[in-house]
Amino acid sequence: MATKTKSKNPGSMQMTKQLYQQQASKFQPKRNVLLNSFRAFWVGGTICLLGQAIQNMYITFFGFTEKTASNPTVATLIFLSVLLTGLGVYDNIGQYAGAGSAVPVTGFANSIASAAIEHRSEGYVLGVGGNMFKLAGSVIVFGVVAAFIAGIIKSLINMFF
Amino acid sequence: MSNNQPVKRVNRQTWHFDQNVRLQSSAVAVGPKEGEGPLAHLFDKIHDDMYAGQQTWEDAERQLMEDAVNTLLQKAGITGKDVDIILAGDLLNQNITTNFTAEKLAMPLLGMYGACSTSMLTLANAAALVNAGYANRAIAACSSHNATAERQYRYPTEYGGQKPPSAQWTVTGAGAGLVGIGGNGPRITYATMGKVVDMGIKDPFDMGTAMAPAAASTIQTHFQDTGRSPETYDLIVTGDLAAVGYPILKELMLAEGYDMDQVYNDCGLMIYSPDQDVFAGGSGCASSAVVTYSYIIDQLNRGLLKNVLVCATGALLSPVSTQQGNSIPCIAHAVALEGGS
Repeated sequence: MATKTKSKNPGSMQMTKQLYQQQASKFQPKRNVLLNSFRAFWVGGTICLLGQAIQNMYITFFGFTEKTASNPTVATLIFLSVLLTGLGVYDNIGQYAGAGSAVPVTGFANSIASAAIEHRSEGYVLGVGGNMFKLAGSVIVFGVVAAFIAGIIKSLINMFF
Repeated sequence: MSNNQPVKRVNRQTWHFDQNVRLQSSAVAVGPKEGEGPLAHLFDKIHDDMYAGQQTWEDAERQLMEDAVNTLLQKAGITGKDVDIILAGDLLNQNITTNFTAEKLAMPLLGMYGACSTSMLTLANAAALVNAGYANRAIAACSSHNATAERQYRYPTEYGGQKPPSAQWTVTGAGAGLVGIGGNGPRITYATMGKVVDMGIKDPFDMGTAMAPAAASTIQTHFQDTGRSPETYDLIVTGDLAAVGYPILKELMLAEGYDMDQVYNDCGLMIYSPDQDVFAGGSGCASSAVVTYSYIIDQLNRGLLKNVLVCATGALLSPVSTQQGNSIPCIAHAVALEGGS
């Protein structure tokens, strides 16, 4: 019954970590970058197209200017995204579209709404309030920091030129 | 089997159960997605919603474990008082599913954590306690829930982040097995307890690659300690290596001189059908527990399988260790089951 072919120390991993990672990498399922990019492109583009249509609607029918229409447009997109998140649809769109649905404002809204829903069971204050910005927080932090630095650079340039 | 030598400690990692220790009964409870899988007809209880009639997902997971244990008691025709101890574990911080459920069941508890290897960690220890006479009857149980695991280890369930194809789908379910001396059911003959193996894989969305070396280490040690080989078994399953880890383990074993091709399968590949959108396959404590305590026990009891080795694989990572840049330490525990009276 014992059909050992090689003698080895029991359980010893002869293979180095580097060698293993190299050998295992060939079993990694290939990611289709081209297909993913295409999906991100058309879904992301469609979201932007929808945004444009909403903006045109506010300008044409509600008397907004091109400048003032952007606030209600963003609010509408955020509302739609939160609604789809609540209905359990947005995560499926995200899996399909990747960056296409993550980059627009709808992705930002989804990250906040999904965290709020997730932590509802821990109460409104520490659960919803404390965790809403779990994912979006870093976007806000680095968005503000980046804006601050860009603002300083712009001021310095204006000062000297 | 010829290996009936009266010895308990076979080697440093391998235990032999020299008494007539048997898996006398078993039961599983699962969620809706598992209920649509290819093994659904063997599950004792299928909940058609993820909340299992509860308010939170955490409560739902406790309900699953409670369902599994209560169904098990019912099938065995005994009450909770007839069981000396329950050995159980889950994936949540501080083992909360286990602790809350054991309070409800009013049984003495040994809470255990081995990530997804908990199914065989608890079964091996239950068998050891029974074999040594510290318990007449012991229950081994474990659970996992897709939404509670997502919340703890990954992102909010409704978050629209894209997962890579090597990711896995945490099984929603719980399994329980009743271990005792004599009676019907498959014999538990050997257990090989694993060492922690870390091959430097850091991607938490690729646990198959991370865990395969741990499984290889344990299965190889099992063969060496017992003098057995892949030919001894009709079926060798790993817990949740799924589509990525499965071929890696086969290759690692082949490199050591063990051809597993004819007998090897993975619970993470058995519990769902390929069209169920589960990325590389199932994962979680319930992956190996649900498949073992339903399909494998059923096959052993019906004589369609004679010898089975279940090697449950666990990725011992935490969200903190991952974010701090640590690689994923992994472990695997194997239990040998033998059908027939």
